[in-house]
Amino acid sequence: MTLPQASSFAPNVDHLFDTLLALCTLVVVGVFTVMIVFCVKYRRGTSAERTPARSHLGVELTWTLVPFVLFMGIFGWSVHLWIRLRTPPKDAQPIYVVAKQWMWKVQHPGGQREIDQLHVPVGQPIRLVMTSQDVIHSFYVPAFRVKQDVLPDRYTELWFTATQAGTYHLFCAEFCGTDHSRMRGEVVVMAPADYARWLQAHAGIGLAAQGAALFRRLGCSGCHDPQSGVHAPSLENLYGSTVPLSDGSQVLADERYLHDSILLPKKQVAAGYAPIMPSFEGRLGEEDVLALVAYLKTRGTQTEKPE
Amino acid sequence: MAHAATHDHHDEHHGAPSNFFTRWFMSTNHKDIGTLYLIFSLTAFFVGGSFAMVIRAELFKPGMQLVQPYFFNEMTTMHALVMIFGAIMPAFVGLGNWMIPLMIGAPDMALPRMNNLSFWILPFAFALMLSTLFMHGGGPAGGWTMYPPLSLQSDSLAYVVFAIHLMGISSIMGAINIIATILNMRAPGMDLLKMPVFVWSWLITAFLLIAVMPVLAGAVTMLLTDKYFGTSFFNAAGGGDPVLYQHVFWFFGHPEVYIMILPAFGIISEVIPTFSRKPIFGYKAMVFAIASIAFLSFIVWAHHMFAVGLPLGAEIFFMYATMLIAVPTGVKVFNWVSTMWGGSLTFETPMLFAIAFVILFTIGGFSGLMLALVPADFQYHDTYFVVAHFHYVLVTGAAFAIMSGTYYWLPKWCGHMYSEFWGKMHFWNSVVWVNVLFFPQHFLGLAGMPRRIPDYNVAFANFNMISSIGGFLFGASQLIFLGVIIHAVFFSKKKAPDRVWEGARGLEWTVPSPAPHHTFALPPVIHDDELAHGHVED
Ligand code: HEC
Ligand code: HEM
Ligand SMILES: [Cu+2]
Ligand SMILES: [Cu+2]
Repeated sequence: MTLPQASSFAPNVDHLFDTLLALCTLVVVGVFTVMIVFCVKYRRGTSAERTPARSHLGVELTWTLVPFVLFMGIFGWSVHLWIRLRTPPKDAQPIYVVAKQWMWKVQHPGGQREIDQLHVPVGQPIRLVMTSQDVIHSFYVPAFRVKQDVLPDRYTELWFTATQAGTYHLFCAEFCGTDHSRMRGEVVVMAPADYARWLQAHAGIGLAAQGAALFRRLGCSGCHDPQSGVHAPSLENLYGSTVPLSDGSQVLADERYLHDSILLPKKQVAAGYAPIMPSFEGRLGEEDVLALVAYLKTRGTQTEKPE
Repeated sequence: MAHAATHDHHDEHHGAPSNFFTRWFMSTNHKDIGTLYLIFSLTAFFVGGSFAMVIRAELFKPGMQLVQPYFFNEMTTMHALVMIFGAIMPAFVGLGNWMIPLMIGAPDMALPRMNNLSFWILPFAFALMLSTLFMHGGGPAGGWTMYPPLSLQSDSLAYVVFAIHLMGISSIMGAINIIATILNMRAPGMDLLKMPVFVWSWLITAFLLIAVMPVLAGAVTMLLTDKYFGTSFFNAAGGGDPVLYQHVFWFFGHPEVYIMILPAFGIISEVIPTFSRKPIFGYKAMVFAIASIAFLSFIVWAHHMFAVGLPLGAEIFFMYATMLIAVPTGVKVFNWVSTMWGGSLTFETPMLFAIAFVILFTIGGFSGLMLALVPADFQYHDTYFVVAHFHYVLVTGAAFAIMSGTYYWLPKWCGHMYSEFWGKMHFWNSVVWVNVLFFPQHFLGLAGMPRRIPDYNVAFANFNMISSIGGFLFGASQLIFLGVIIHAVFFSKKKAPDRVWEGARGLEWTVPSPAPHHTFALPPVIHDDELAHGHVED
């Protein structure tokens, strides 16, 4: 039942865990041994010398400070590792995931769709952009040592680089109702060439192209087209830019912002515009929103995406 | 004052009311109410335990075996709620009710009628909650943490919310009573720093209860209004946020886990010195450690939420605070061990449970520490590793301490010795099977098995089967416990002396066994030598 180390940081996480495990085992075994020794040595009736010690400041300080210093070492190490785990590289390839009771739906930028499966290439950093259509779920691939909750009305992100071809379990870790235990799938890691072939075989209409069609069909272009008479922002070069809001604050136009602008337009209103954009909540599924977001991202992207 | 004193004196001759109804339903006597709490807790322990047997039976083999997934989810939810709010917490309140007045030389609790009310609310709260299992539409099945939006899908939400309100009111009243008793009713000469550690631990726990039970009540009330009154606290479409619930819940939830362990620390700090025939090592350090754990427990809540995606700085802060809390916890463990150093040890059942507590609680504390590291928790959150962690701290921690305390004080309560042989049988069976039950769950978690699932991948089959076998046998072992108690109360012929244990110090051992219905009607004259901590300089 050994768990494969199939992502770039699996060895690091295991290393940290094993070190702490060794340290803890040492202390537990130490406490256990000392107790057994005391139990034998000081059981009633033995002739062992009995000290009347009731407390000792030096001893108390030692066993407060030594663990403290050790823990701080481990703490520093964890922070260092965690910052790495949280920061996706710039070239990470986005893949979109929508969770619902009780399945995982995956959309690749090229329009490939999968259910309860995720195909990824070896060696390429992947950034999952995830949202849920109903309750909270959690995307969990033990072999990669990654897990991320997937929330309704919000995008969460998870990135990894797979290092070993193979098929790995995908579980839902957050309790999500009756068939939570059945909400599982697999992650198929393929050599880059195989992956390219797979993409080709499953190519559909690109996600952005689907979005473009929706953009026209839903009447977005009626307001957002530069030619339209409505006073609405042009959406060119929006993704990755900083948008001033009507309440005076600023926000980075990331995927979450685009998502919220479509479903909850009243939440953040762009400065200088009237809040006339209708909400598409209830009219659009999360998958349609992802297609729209993918489309908006193709309409020019600020070159340096601030982190 | 003079009048009150004569009145009490008068009562003492009467003893307990002879009418069953008057005695048990209208009781204002701390001992009788303590007994009621303990009986309630033991009952809940078996009810919650039977739910656990259903869970382990279903998990005996992979695939769906016995029950429907929805029923399984009801079982995990109810098991947790019943064990936490029905078994562990009332057990501590029962022990506190019985022992605190005896330990500080008070005639009764400060607010005896409220005491009656705090107890008698509980059966109604549980009837309300458990009745949902028999209703059309089923009981709550969203987990004891009741995260929205999932919990909002349940039809029985309102029942659980009202049950929790009632339990919260009961706990808060109990806590107020304990604080009032400890602060106002100590016999002259019982200074705060001469109190037994158990009394200290309850005093601090009571403050925690008053601080966080209203928070839980608030959180579940927001669920209720979200579901039935159109608010959007946790609904993003209306401007709310489901993650807000988790913050509020765990702001209650983490102090809550300490509410379930601090009184346990207190019990262990009574038992180990008694059977080591030596005062506790570092009395003040012990009290200080309890207080600092209680304080820190308010600033670690988000370690339950590392996988939600919090801002980086927040995650690092909560990781730091959580690791910090392990330090005073470690101090306590080291102090217990040092108490045995140079003692004169005997190993009666209470001491055996206490020794097992020290080792096994330490294991649970360390698995907690591992989960405190965000990169590790990122992997192990919501897996069986967490299940193993909290069962080590709650079963071999809190429950073992309660069992230890029960054996320790039972002769004082009923006036007869329990059977030491069967007590030891109970101990050895429990300690072996509990490890067969929970230790393999660490491996399941490390291999990636998520928690709260009725069906699992065949890769996890072996350890689950071992765990289930341990579970059934641990469950069966608890019948011995029941047998020992019934035997001691009704059948044992062996009279208990006043000072039941040779090494025991403290006021509770100066009254007869069984403790008469009214004790310390006149405040006792305290000799420092009678107290465990009468001459504390350390
Ligand atoms: C009735 C006209 C109207 C329609 C139809 C409309 N919008 Fe808008 N949209 C606006 C206005 C006005 C704003 C600026 C005020 C605001 O932020 O709410 C805006 C803002 C936005 C923004 C934020 C832009 C920024 O610069 O911050 C996005 C993204 C957006 N709309 C996308 C869409 C999409 C996608 C659709 C179709 C599904 C759509 N809109 C349909 C009027 C409209
Ligand atoms: C050294 C002290 C402790 C530390 C560092 C610690 C740490 C943690 C952490 C980080 C988690 C979250 C794990 C996750 O969900 O991913 C957790 C869960 C939990 N802990 Fe502890 N813990 C400690 C002591 C205790 C004690 C004393 C108790 C109770 C008596 C306790 C009861 C629980 C429970 C019940 C959960 C799970 C709650 C749930 O998700 O249902 N812990 N602990
Ligand atoms: Cu799930
Ligand atoms: Cu916690």
